[in-house]
Amino acid sequence: MSDIKIQVKQYILDNFLMGGEPEKITDSVSFIEKGIIDSTGVLELVSFIQETYKFRVEDAEMVPDNLDSLEKIEKYVRGKLASAG
Amino acid sequence: MLDNEREKRVAAAKLTSGVLDIDPVAVTDHVCRRLVEIVVKEQHRRGVVVAISGGIDSSVCAALSVRALGPGRVFGLLLPEKDSSSASEDLGRLLAEHLKIEYLKQDIAPTLEAIGCYRWRDEAIKTVFPDYQKDWKNKIVIGGGVDGRFNYFKLVVQAPDGARHEKRLDHKQYLQIVAATNYKQRIRKTIEYFHADRLHYSVVGTPNRLEYDQGFFVKNGDGSADVKPIAHLYKTQVYAMARHLGLPDAICKSKPTTDTYSLPQGQDEFYFALPYEKMDLSLWAHNHARSAEELANCLGVSSEQAAFIYRDIETKRRTTAFLHAKPVLVEAVSELGG
Repeated sequence: MSDIKIQVKQYILDNFLMGGEPEKITDSVSFIEKGIIDSTGVLELVSFIQETYKFRVEDAEMVPDNLDSLEKIEKYVRGKLASAG
Repeated sequence: MLDNEREKRVAAAKLTSGVLDIDPVAVTDHVCRRLVEIVVKEQHRRGVVVAISGGIDSSVCAALSVRALGPGRVFGLLLPEKDSSSASEDLGRLLAEHLKIEYLKQDIAPTLEAIGCYRWRDEAIKTVFPDYQKDWKNKIVIGGGVDGRFNYFKLVVQAPDGARHEKRLDHKQYLQIVAATNYKQRIRKTIEYFHADRLHYSVVGTPNRLEYDQGFFVKNGDGSADVKPIAHLYKTQVYAMARHLGLPDAICKSKPTTDTYSLPQGQDEFYFALPYEKMDLSLWAHNHARSAEELANCLGVSSEQAAFIYRDIETKRRTTAFLHAKPVLVEAVSELGG
């Protein structure tokens, strides 16, 4: 598992699942559909990504395609970091 | 159900604003009969307390209460604070005079000041806009939802010279501002229950169906009540009821606002993704299993957008279920049915 996935998974486990059920967080599982993260949780996740990877998540980027699973987040973060040079 | 045949007919009809048409005479009779049963026979109270905001929902609730119980058994409360519009208070007073009910105005600003409502709110605002001062105005507006994005919130502030600035809020700032402003609804409810206890009355909650279904209320604030007479009526239907009940024109034509922030704020800016007429239709269509394509045709939006609206409705239902829930017991106390 990549560093990004490991960091985000650990954050979700600590913050939303209080350490329990790590097996629930597979690479492709939808956080929203599985009830792991609610709408306030999305805002918390965005804050975490901004602080950890030092870029701003733009309004238009707050879509499930970027944020609703470990693999989507990894792809999104890698893209943002690459475009920042 | 008031009229099963009519319900079946409407359920099969083409999706237009006509699906929300009601027979206001029948609805009035039904609600008034139930109000008497609930307040008098089930709750054993002598009347009702209604906090009157000047908006359409509380006005219709007060008018229905007067029809059901008589003006002598309805006590009105006007509960303004620093950020309420003076027009709201004027409308509230107009309604109380129109209905000929006893009412009291209590300015809750000193209570809110003492409890820290404005201080906590302004502290959070200053982390976003360090130049913000007490004489600036503010509001929160919603983004996302109908365009497929997750919901997020922006803080809008306005300096005394009229210059406006806006920034997206992070979750800590958003939660603190909302928690602080929720004091307003909770202090109002405390006062409503003081008078309800004093008079041995029930407290009327005033949500319409859209607000009730989508969780647009404060838990233990405006969400708290003993009876909610219009929670089954879409907002469009509440306006129809206001006209049927002969409420003053200024109330029948009032636009829905939150009246919670110092800048004017429509409900569709803060919570709902669309104006109430379209939200009503969307919720009705969703409740009647209409396809996203049919909703799209009716609203003049793309099928994709209509699907986003349905998803937003479901998301709000899911995330606000907690607001409706009773406290959860670790083990049932079966003697009380809990």
